[in-house]
Amino acid sequence: MNIYAEILYFVASVLFILGIRGLTSAETARRGVIYAEIGMAAAVAGTFLHTDITTYRWILISAGIGSAIGIAMSALIPMTKMPERIALSHAFGGLAAALVGVSEYSLYMAGLNHHELSRGTMGALGFEVLFGGLTFTGSLMAFGKLQGFIPSRNITYPYQNQSNIAMFGAAVLILVALTIWPAAQPLFYLMFFVAMALGVLMVIPIGGADMPVVISLLNSYAGLAASATGFALENNVLIIAGALDGASGFILSVVMSRAMNRSFANVLFGAFGQGDGTGAAQIGASGAEVREASVGDAAMLLSSGTKVIVCPGYGMAVAQAQHAVQKMAELLEKEGVEVKYAIHPVAGRMPGHMNVLLAEANVPYDALKELEEINDEFAQADVALIVGANDVVNPAAKTNPNSPIYGMPVLNADLAKTCIVLKRSMNPGFAGIENELFTMPNTVLVFGDAKDTIEKINEALG
Amino acid sequence: MTHEMFLGLYVFVLAAFVGYGTIRGVPPLLHTPLMAFTNAISGISLVGSIVAAGAEKSTFSTTLGFIAVLCASINVVGGFLITDRMLKMFRKRGPSKSEAKK
Repeated sequence: MNIYAEILYFVASVLFILGIRGLTSAETARRGVIYAEIGMAAAVAGTFLHTDITTYRWILISAGIGSAIGIAMSALIPMTKMPERIALSHAFGGLAAALVGVSEYSLYMAGLNHHELSRGTMGALGFEVLFGGLTFTGSLMAFGKLQGFIPSRNITYPYQNQSNIAMFGAAVLILVALTIWPAAQPLFYLMFFVAMALGVLMVIPIGGADMPVVISLLNSYAGLAASATGFALENNVLIIAGALDGASGFILSVVMSRAMNRSFANVLFGAFGQGDGTGAAQIGASGAEVREASVGDAAMLLSSGTKVIVCPGYGMAVAQAQHAVQKMAELLEKEGVEVKYAIHPVAGRMPGHMNVLLAEANVPYDALKELEEINDEFAQADVALIVGANDVVNPAAKTNPNSPIYGMPVLNADLAKTCIVLKRSMNPGFAGIENELFTMPNTVLVFGDAKDTIEKINEALG
Repeated sequence: MTHEMFLGLYVFVLAAFVGYGTIRGVPPLLHTPLMAFTNAISGISLVGSIVAAGAEKSTFSTTLGFIAVLCASINVVGGFLITDRMLKMFRKRGPSKSEAKK
């Protein structure tokens, strides 16, 4: 390989690691992005020196179109649609890796590569295509579910897990077979097909509330596919960048699973809420009374205390209520009420979803508190304001061993003097689990669209 | 397995540990930007797809390479831009409060 290309790849690898290091704090994060951008430019420049390249025509056209789409997407997409954007980009990443793998394989089969296809390279190519294909269709499914094309509830059928595991086993067996007989082309394409089918079938049973874990896992897979590309092409910068991506997705998956007190396996194969038919019962069914409050009551409760903790959930994203919430906090702070935000790790549809939304609405990030950081403060809070959150504030996770979410760390909203819950309707949350918080004596509910309600509260406050 | 592949394994494992150690320090506040960011970085498959699209060894491989470059460049360009767009929004409580309002 060209020595200049090697140097550029090396520089790129170092810059990627420095870039990720930048993301460990909000102050240095943007500098980190710049490092990584320079790294990527270096890697691309190094690739342009590759001796196999005979024409830049296709590369430039394609990269031009891709960049235009990338610029348009990143400029136009609203922050509330970030989970969809991320899911879609995992799909692109998976597809790119898989196609490079298929292309390489076809060249080996046509005898157009410089050397014979070794077993090791075959294994790497197979792995790349397997994970790339799975990530591609799996991410498209996740995108469809987030976007609402596909019902976001968990779709189940008999022997679902068994058939998925069998399919995965089959794909791995084909991969092993290919390393023994690399020239068996039908097997290769069969594996690609099985991987893509598996991506669809694996994400179908997973419900909307579990999306943060799924998106993180797919992130990890996309990274592994990129790494495998590096093995197949014997290119270290690909291996390193893929490994970083894989590690990131892995860590996020672990964080998300832990925040739901569940294992990977349980998220992937557990189809939440199944076999708990009674859990989906309406709240009224338990016989407990729900107390409804008017907007005026809510405004009074909020402004009469000294400390309010806002607990946002996916409902805030759906209602696009983040700007109204920020406005409310400003009005309250003018009246001497301290406002903080309690961010549960799995609130929303992807890791960090709520933070991004509130940051967009100009909420300073030092007001955004993590679960461990703020949970002891609820006892001193006058009001816990629940904006479109449900399972993450369900006290049953602490008290009811029969609850499907028992053991999951939750926000201690129930300990606040008063709990105001903004809710669209009386339907249970995604997990279909009854929420005892809503019927507690110190809880009042305000029905209606969250954004609408808060805007009315703001009028009452202002 | 060739010698290069074994070297690749060393690189992979070391990079994974570096990644694990570093990324564990990323605060939950920045988890969404982290995802967009690593996504842009994994657009490094651009490197592989560029060669596939530019080598013109067969129509099939050039076509696949073309699509792969398209996908990867969407991720690289879009990923970095959107990460930066998100990071720009994160601000500390400070005097800029009034000017932050549009």
